[in-house]
Amino acid sequence: MRIRVLVLSVSLLLVACGGRDVSRTMNQNKGSDTLVNVAQSWAEHYRDKNPDVVVAVSGGGSGTGISALINGTVDIANASREMKPREIELARKNGVEPVLHVVGYDALAVYVHKDNPVESMTLAGLAEIYGEGGTTTRWSQLGLEVPGCGSDEIVRVSRQNSSGTFAYFRSAVLGRNRDYKMGSNDMHGSKDVVDLVEHTPCAIGYSGLAYATPAVKMVPLRREEGAEAVLPSVSTALDGSYPIARPLLMYTRGQPEGAVKAYLDWILSDEGQAIIAEKGYAPVGTLGR
Amino acid sequence: MQTAPSATSPRRRHDLDRRNLSWYVDKVVQVLVFVGGASAIVFIIGIFVFISKEGYGFIAHTMDVAEFFTSPRWAPTSEHNPTYGALALIVGTASVTGLAMLVAVPFSLGAAIFIAEFARGKTREILKVMVELLAAIPSVVWGFIGLSILNPLIIDLFDVPVGLGILNSGLILGLMAAPIMTTIAEDALKAVPDHYREAAEALGATRWQVTRRVVLPAARNGLVAAVLLGVGRGFGETMAVLMASGHSVNLPTSVFDSVRALTATIAAELGETAHGSDHYSALFTLGILLFVVTFVINLTADLVIRGIRKK
Repeated sequence: MRIRVLVLSVSLLLVACGGRDVSRTMNQNKGSDTLVNVAQSWAEHYRDKNPDVVVAVSGGGSGTGISALINGTVDIANASREMKPREIELARKNGVEPVLHVVGYDALAVYVHKDNPVESMTLAGLAEIYGEGGTTTRWSQLGLEVPGCGSDEIVRVSRQNSSGTFAYFRSAVLGRNRDYKMGSNDMHGSKDVVDLVEHTPCAIGYSGLAYATPAVKMVPLRREEGAEAVLPSVSTALDGSYPIARPLLMYTRGQPEGAVKAYLDWILSDEGQAIIAEKGYAPVGTLGR
Repeated sequence: MQTAPSATSPRRRHDLDRRNLSWYVDKVVQVLVFVGGASAIVFIIGIFVFISKEGYGFIAHTMDVAEFFTSPRWAPTSEHNPTYGALALIVGTASVTGLAMLVAVPFSLGAAIFIAEFARGKTREILKVMVELLAAIPSVVWGFIGLSILNPLIIDLFDVPVGLGILNSGLILGLMAAPIMTTIAEDALKAVPDHYREAAEALGATRWQVTRRVVLPAARNGLVAAVLLGVGRGFGETMAVLMASGHSVNLPTSVFDSVRALTATIAAELGETAHGSDHYSALFTLGILLFVVTFVINLTADLVIRGIRKK
């Protein structure tokens, strides 16, 4: 996927450089893998409407986008987590005042194999599976017998430790001061998590709601024991009933102006928000209410 | 090429200062070839200086050498307790490479002996081309095979929770290393002079006796070098191992366990770390470790090829 995005951004660059019309403006947009599909779709639709503005989109992860913003090589950084205080400090040192814009919401779904009979889980139960020192290592401890999983072992599918999704799941489920248990399978992309869970009966994994496929099952989550179990969806992310939903962010260098402002305003308009909703994320603004 | 007529005249020898087109071409080619040769040295020094510089911040300030080599806890992005233990990564790389060699050595030595000593004519040509084709398969394709074919197969056959691990990546890596090892081992066998074989055959030895008693001992250095270069290939491979090993920080207790390789860790994490952070330079420190190990293996292979250890 990353390669496709790269090819796309390179070809966009070529289009931008090769075009005879020198009045074209370029917006550089980089960051979160969670947001990359939406960002690309926004860029394509926006170009159809405004042929004079080219938005070059690339992925690489929230950290990559934020680094690029700090170094001044992009106009907009996509992020699935907020900037750390140290990153903001670094940006100010470079004369960049990062400004945050919430462009949508994403529910982080917990996926299991489609044959897994689990009905719901609590956040504390998830923390016992994923967290350091947690004691849940077998499905039978949860009273479950998973077909196809003869070994009974829970295979934890996680993300590489530099991803925004990894950091968000840690703060939302494990709590700020708890680390992940070592020995999880750390996948290198949102889609890879879903792919591995699909083919592994013993597995459990977390990834963006937008990556759900019919071949895997989403687990309804309960905030605490006795609370209502909620399935992740656009509406439960929006009304706050689903416990692990996070804002999707775009950072600009200072208050946006000119072409960047026009682009962001369009993203936050109903038209832009219809595109993010279509991709499986929760929209903001009038569409979200 | 167009040259001045005088260039071909016999008087040229006396006229040493005559510089015609050929003379200039000769000089230019000499310089180009020298630059090509020297660039290898410049690049290797440049790369080493670069990774040392990037890794220095970690080695000098944060690194706890004992923890680095003995702790299996690799948690560089932990909020309250960042730990840089590379033991699980080192064990992961070593175990995958070890299994790969168990797979690759018999296959590649067998193939090399067959191609060099037994196969004749068309069979040999076809086999050589096939082995070279095998070496041309990109590593990401091998990774896909591990992820989508071997993974479900291992789960079904052995009833294990996950099919990504030492077994999967060892098999993939063994198949990847085998072609290059076959080619080098075959060259080593070909380098044994034919009169050795003729002398042995004259004494009434069968072809296998000739191979086992005469050719293999004579080619021993080259064969050892072939295996060592295969080991170096295994240590350095990234993409296929990242996809087939399960990428899990784990001290393995069986061949079905998921592990994580040094190379795969760098590939997966470097892209998203902030430049200059501890995590960033810790990854470069892993790079230095890899560089040194691969360098030692290749140097040993080179020395062995040159026969320095020959008795």
